[in-house]
Amino acid sequence: MSLRSNILDLRKRKREVQKGGGDKAIEKQAKMGKLTARERILSLLDKKSFHEYDLFAEHSATGFGMESKTLHGDGVIIGTGTINNKPICIYAQDFTVAGGSLGLMHARKITKIMDHALKMRVPLIGINDSGGARIQEGVNSLAGYGEIFFRNTLASGVIPQISVILGPCAGGAVYSPALTDFVFVVENISKMFITGPSVIKTVLGEDISMEELGGAKVHAEITGNAHFYAKTEMECFQQIKDLISYIPRSNSKKAIPYPPKAPGKGKKVEDIVPSDPRIPYDMRDIIISLTDGTEFLEVMEYFAPNIIIGFARMEGETVGFVANQPMVLAGVLDCDSSDKAARFIRYCDAFNIPIVTLEDMPGYLPGVDQEHAGVIRHGAKILYAYSEATVPKVTVILRKAYGGGYIAMNSRHLRADFVFAWPTAEIAVMGPEGAANIVFRKEIAESENPEEMRKQKVEEYKKKFANPYVAAAQGYIDEVIEPKETRARILHALKVSENKSVFLPNKKHGIPPF
Amino acid sequence: MSKEKEYEELIVQGVVYKTTLTRKFKERVKWEAPNENLLYSIIPGKIIDIFVKPQQKVKEGETLLLLEAMKMQNQIRMPFDGTIVKIHVKIEELVPNRHLMIEIKPKK
Repeated sequence: MSLRSNILDLRKRKREVQKGGGDKAIEKQAKMGKLTARERILSLLDKKSFHEYDLFAEHSATGFGMESKTLHGDGVIIGTGTINNKPICIYAQDFTVAGGSLGLMHARKITKIMDHALKMRVPLIGINDSGGARIQEGVNSLAGYGEIFFRNTLASGVIPQISVILGPCAGGAVYSPALTDFVFVVENISKMFITGPSVIKTVLGEDISMEELGGAKVHAEITGNAHFYAKTEMECFQQIKDLISYIPRSNSKKAIPYPPKAPGKGKKVEDIVPSDPRIPYDMRDIIISLTDGTEFLEVMEYFAPNIIIGFARMEGETVGFVANQPMVLAGVLDCDSSDKAARFIRYCDAFNIPIVTLEDMPGYLPGVDQEHAGVIRHGAKILYAYSEATVPKVTVILRKAYGGGYIAMNSRHLRADFVFAWPTAEIAVMGPEGAANIVFRKEIAESENPEEMRKQKVEEYKKKFANPYVAAAQGYIDEVIEPKETRARILHALKVSENKSVFLPNKKHGIPPF
Repeated sequence: MSKEKEYEELIVQGVVYKTTLTRKFKERVKWEAPNENLLYSIIPGKIIDIFVKPQQKVKEGETLLLLEAMKMQNQIRMPFDGTIVKIHVKIEELVPNRHLMIEIKPKK
């Protein structure tokens, strides 16, 4: 054979394998409204940047007719490439090949690219579209999952790990996404659950559709398993590209800065926030008034929307925002919002992203359901995360900062580096109405006109305590600032915190209230 | 402020806030004090056998019925000496979780 014919032979082999499960299976995939694994990778990565490895990998399973089956690439594509010129490692399960089922070689390919990502300190993206374990390979598929989970855990906090659910991801398989930093889902395409509707129906008699049980919306809104929700695969890829632009490639790097921009021309800060702490406004308007341009990448937008988390840039540098949302549930802390914020704080801390906290919050949500759902241990997560974080931490108190919530929202006491308060801030054990009822109980009860007396005492309490100056007198607040100065103060605070260096006591690891 | 009309109220520590409520908040299960005379299913499953009849006197610890779930047969036992008031399930019936199975009353 001449060299030329060798090359032609290689090309032919490649073409054959790159077809995955073949034309029929690809057609079926398209009918389900899904792109193929290869199309997905090529749409997500920079043009011509993708390089594939282990294309010719084959399974060596025997039994159940496996010896005679050829599964191209063993149902998964792995490789390296770039997104916005930043290197990444990627794998994509190919549903057209045996339903993307995971066997030993399939898992070996995934763990190979995971090991590579960890070694090279670059982000890992996993596209999940798989029927689950390849039953014919028995315990070897379970072993494969275990090896993946172990690596997810090792890589956690070292490199960013992104999971994209573009098809079914059921049973044990769901635990890889659950261990990663960000999970992306797409309407009508993503399905995640431990046990599917048919098993639930036969065993438990509960009738539920796949979409209602573990569809994209459910995970984005109810379970909190998903961080980003999109209507189409292409929108999802754009979200991933946006996310990659904000985060550093590993925990030893800082996010690459962008050219600074002035804040977008939105509403004036003073015009957004009503001075009455009982009247809501959209906290996102405040965030956008502080950031470069109008870009703000909100994370977990639909889950626990009473707290807002997300990435933006200030003077070109990535900043993580944590902000109460008075528009939803008055911005209270509860089980879900604590959980949501705590994980995000730990993400920012692990990846050297400074945290800006915007506070306007009446306390923890009262209720039996909250207490029984464990608001104590969930609420503790946010305290833990802020206390432990050593990245620059800046807090701005806009209005209410009551009780335990005041302490939890990156207070001075948890080692915030800078705490600013607007003149409308109220730092107190509770709101004036509740406090006056307790402090002046006797006077109110004994008065001839209790209602009138109560009103009077609430006013009295408001004047004395519902302001930022009591806390400022103690040094718990560094400065009371005018709302329009907020961006400049945060920028200055971040600038002087650039070299921040604190040391926590030496330990193997803490024991956060998971 | 035409938008204000869409807001609902949430009371936190005596203060009434204007805000919106989430679907999860609205759908939360209201707590009720447990009634020890009502025996509910502890897991969704299938009633395999019923050993008692209404008006029957039963001693504490006696098995009232078998509830099969996840291939396990759970014996539902009498929590105290008493009488069966009403049986709300049938043999072979599939019951969801927290489904009322039997009403009982304690011995006077």
